Amino acid sequence: MDFQVVVLAGGTSKKLVPLVSKEVPKALLPVANRPVLSYVLEQLELSNIKDLIVVVEGADAALCVGGWISAAYVDRLHVEVATVPEDVGTAGALRAIAHHLTAKDVLVVSGDLVSDVPPGAVTAAHRRHDAVVTAMICSVPVSGLSEAGSSGAKDKTKKPGRYNIIGMDPTKQFLLHIATGAELEKDTRIRKSILRAVGQMDIRADLMDAHMYAFNRSVLQEVLDQKDKFQSLKQDVLPYLVRSQLKSEILINGAPQGQQAKENGNDKVSYRILANASTPSFHELYALGPNGSAPVRRTHKCCVYIASNSKYCVRLNSIQAFMDINRDVIGEANHLSGYNFSAQNNIIHPSAELGSKTTVGPHCMLGEGSQMGDKCSVKRSVIGRHCRIGSNVKVVNSVVMNHVTIGDGCSIQGSVICSNAQLQERVALKDCQVLSLSTSVFLSLSSNEYL
Amino acid sequence: MDSRRSSRALIDPKVRQVGFFTNAPLPPDRTQSDPPDPIHSTPLADASSPGNFLSPVMIPPPRHPSSSLLPRLPHSPSDAFPPPSPTTTTTTTSLGDFSDDVTAASSPPSAAAAAARVRGRGSSVKQQGAASSFPGGGFEVPPSVKAPSSVPASGLTTVSVVKLPPGISENAGGSVSVEVQSDRALNSKPLKEKTSKAERRAIQEAQRAAKAAAKAEGIKTPAATALANAKPTKSTRPSPQRNDSPVVVAASEKKGGDRSVEKDRKKDVPHPRMQYDDKSRVQKLKKRSVVKPTEARNRVELFRHLPQYEHGTQLPVLQSKFFQLDTLHPAVYKVGLQYLSGDICGGNARCIAMLQAFQEAIRDYSTPPAKTLSRDLTAKISSYVSFLIDCRPLSVSMGNAIRFLKSQIAKIPISLSESEAKATLHSDIERFINEKIILADRVIVKHAVTKIRDGDVLLTYGSSSAVEMILQHAHELGKQFRVVIVDSRPKHEGKLLLRRLVRKGLSCTYTHINAISYIIHEVTRVFLGASSVLSNGTVCSRVGTACVAMVAYGFHIPVLVCCEAYKFHERVQLDSICSNELGVLLAGDPDSISKVPGREDINHLDGWDKSENLQLLNLIYDATPSDYVSLIITDYGMIPPTSVPVIVREYGRGQLWI
Repeated sequence: MDFQVVVLAGGTSKKLVPLVSKEVPKALLPVANRPVLSYVLEQLELSNIKDLIVVVEGADAALCVGGWISAAYVDRLHVEVATVPEDVGTAGALRAIAHHLTAKDVLVVSGDLVSDVPPGAVTAAHRRHDAVVTAMICSVPVSGLSEAGSSGAKDKTKKPGRYNIIGMDPTKQFLLHIATGAELEKDTRIRKSILRAVGQMDIRADLMDAHMYAFNRSVLQEVLDQKDKFQSLKQDVLPYLVRSQLKSEILINGAPQGQQAKENGNDKVSYRILANASTPSFHELYALGPNGSAPVRRTHKCCVYIASNSKYCVRLNSIQAFMDINRDVIGEANHLSGYNFSAQNNIIHPSAELGSKTTVGPHCMLGEGSQMGDKCSVKRSVIGRHCRIGSNVKVVNSVVMNHVTIGDGCSIQGSVICSNAQLQERVALKDCQVLSLSTSVFLSLSSNEYL
Repeated sequence: MDSRRSSRALIDPKVRQVGFFTNAPLPPDRTQSDPPDPIHSTPLADASSPGNFLSPVMIPPPRHPSSSLLPRLPHSPSDAFPPPSPTTTTTTTSLGDFSDDVTAASSPPSAAAAAARVRGRGSSVKQQGAASSFPGGGFEVPPSVKAPSSVPASGLTTVSVVKLPPGISENAGGSVSVEVQSDRALNSKPLKEKTSKAERRAIQEAQRAAKAAAKAEGIKTPAATALANAKPTKSTRPSPQRNDSPVVVAASEKKGGDRSVEKDRKKDVPHPRMQYDDKSRVQKLKKRSVVKPTEARNRVELFRHLPQYEHGTQLPVLQSKFFQLDTLHPAVYKVGLQYLSGDICGGNARCIAMLQAFQEAIRDYSTPPAKTLSRDLTAKISSYVSFLIDCRPLSVSMGNAIRFLKSQIAKIPISLSESEAKATLHSDIERFINEKIILADRVIVKHAVTKIRDGDVLLTYGSSSAVEMILQHAHELGKQFRVVIVDSRPKHEGKLLLRRLVRKGLSCTYTHINAISYIIHEVTRVFLGASSVLSNGTVCSRVGTACVAMVAYGFHIPVLVCCEAYKFHERVQLDSICSNELGVLLAGDPDSISKVPGREDINHLDGWDKSENLQLLNLIYDATPSDYVSLIITDYGMIPPTSVPVIVREYGRGQLWI
């Protein structure tokens, strides 16, 4: 279908700093004991996309990610990994691989997207309107917000104003305005010309950008070439394209717009028949001259695909989101995980050993080769592979990664414990992140600290 | 043939007298102010001479074969389409550079990469080359990736490849050679007798590379080496070898599967008037259909024979299938999507959009090996057509256009080279659009304008492209008239027409169809468009047209139907029940009926579609009996509806489609 797919896997994100490290880049963070990148790749594979380019920031991270992909997908996908320097941003990453892009359109997906929205829907919307860019937006996860409200401490981890303001036309097909959270603090400026051309604009604050874009390749390359200060797709490129949609400066090679009206009279007639037959979008109306003659103004279309509420669509871009996704993937969105759930609605690997009177509640996951002592209780948590957990341990709402040793009588609530960590006896953790690197924890901690 | 026609012209036409014909002759200067049209001045010449008006039955001699107009020139292949690159080539394809920077880093497998590239025949080049450059499927960062420039260009590293069966995937070094062979075996089948020197060399090189790769890996695969040894024999008799190698079996299965799918699609193009209450046929259709719609819960019994689908189920399915439909050309997919979503509607526009998509598809088409262009392309077009039918049932105009295209493909002499054949088809399609639609419209406009007098009040229904052109042209000629646009829910197509006409400066009145009996008193002429005209004179058009025509008939107002001749069909239909289309997207869409545009506060019907006893029906077309039609204006002249069979017989099928 003349589409190339680029997965931006990122590097070691600063926002996730206690969790990610040189060994575990963001793309390999385990979600229900699977790297988060695998959710994207599998969703793409499901859509019959076999050729991918995965862009990773930093050579070390690229090595890890590449190694993992080659092990996991050797016979299934044709993946090429590109390494870009760190801190070039998403736009910079695309700039670096721009010379590899040859297809008519490019689908750019963030590697941290956990979603079951078919990517074909975005690309189809893109093709239908001959758009320059099509962005997928989804509703802000309600569950995450309500959860944050219940345990008050989490409000702080949630950065304020992480929301988008998204303006659309009444048919909800075109993107008219987009502003990210940082801009929200100030006043929001909306182009008068756009507002006048459309006549009516729906402004939504309950939607967010899911970071899955379909770009027209030539336009994308041109924008990246001309505006070499652009760092981020989300904050620079997309708003720029949306802003300038009615006074387009880009040369569209394929000329999907009104430039088609060639000298030949017959072509013009057929073009007019086609144009009259369809309901013109405001772009075409605006582009028309004052007397309805040939288009005089250059416009381009920015489309939007809204994921329906029944679909799951969250980005793993904060620690809070990491906790939420882990909980959801084994909970309400468990079709994403790809595991078969037992009758008790949990997954316990056959090789896991449970002590006597140990209970593993629903929406839990126990990885391969993990051992649990007596009288433990696990609720709504993910426990990784080869963990050793002593007796009388309570794990609630937490994520325990691989090879973790937890002493007797610990109580862990709402925390993330990274690989290879060791907890001594009777440690109580609440809303903490425990770094790996064989830290031994003796103290009881609460609130948002990390070691 | 000539004598026949002239004799008919002498006979006084035995048709109903169309009253307004004897009206005052038109001033000749008006007609002469037409834009000069050198090609079609012939039918106009007698029209403009003042003493000789157009007789109701005026069938001009068949237009001279369009060779004079758009000569069917054998394009030189270079200007229309670049000649396809030779199939056995030693140059790298554009994707070859993916592996170039990698091969620079890792020396031993580079020969394999090169060999794979030499062998390459199209799309698998990139994968093969990349696969062989990483024998272990392992990962390695090429040292050249970090360029110090401000915009660092980064290289790509292939870390995993596709379609290796699990058994062999552990030692990719071996599997590369296996894959190379499997492709080779399949590709070389047509020319197994003669392998050119370059090819033998490629085989050898591939073999050598495979061995080198295997050695570098330190893993000897007995199967791979055995296969590598068996290769020379294989190219001569491929069948027994193919069966015992799992790879080859998989590959051949895949290919065979594709072919059978294509064949299926070709075979099962549903009949345009399929009866959807026939259970077995519907089952068959469902199996084949790309867009699997869910059937409506409350189907209207009387219309069981038409497909009735639940609203809004098709578009998401089609969208999510985007990447599955690999065999489909993107342009065709886009057109299908636009049909389905209602972005394009109207007979002419749909036909032009379809033909232009086919033009693009033909331009990007290349004949697979061991197939002839005419057969394979026909199958391809058929599969496209069945996809389009899935999106929305074909109109008569599209059916005629498809028949024309297929006959043109079949007519292509086998001696013609591929690029020439493609160029010919391209110009054929262009010619069809120009002559059958655009020039036809122009001729219709010329004829119809003579029927508009100063002071007329013209009524039109919905939005017809031909009627719109007539009104605009008459306005440009300086005629003084007023237009009444009658419209109906739910699509409100007349609004767009109104907007365009008002912008041109015409004086318009807009009303809904329920006010037709009120407004009809002022009207002196009714101009209607048509989706198709059947051979008993029945006019199929947007639902509501029949109502307008009947009201006009009741008030003795002439009804003129403007329809291009390529929309004529020899079928006979008495009502609009037996064959019709249900609005797929809008049909079951309860919102289109319950919502009042501009009045958000009116919500009395919210949620009414949940009711068990409610059956929604939204027909798209209706049939106007010929009694209510005074005149049909086509590109062959103005004819009474009873003369439609003449046009169909004289110009239809063989003769009409050039």
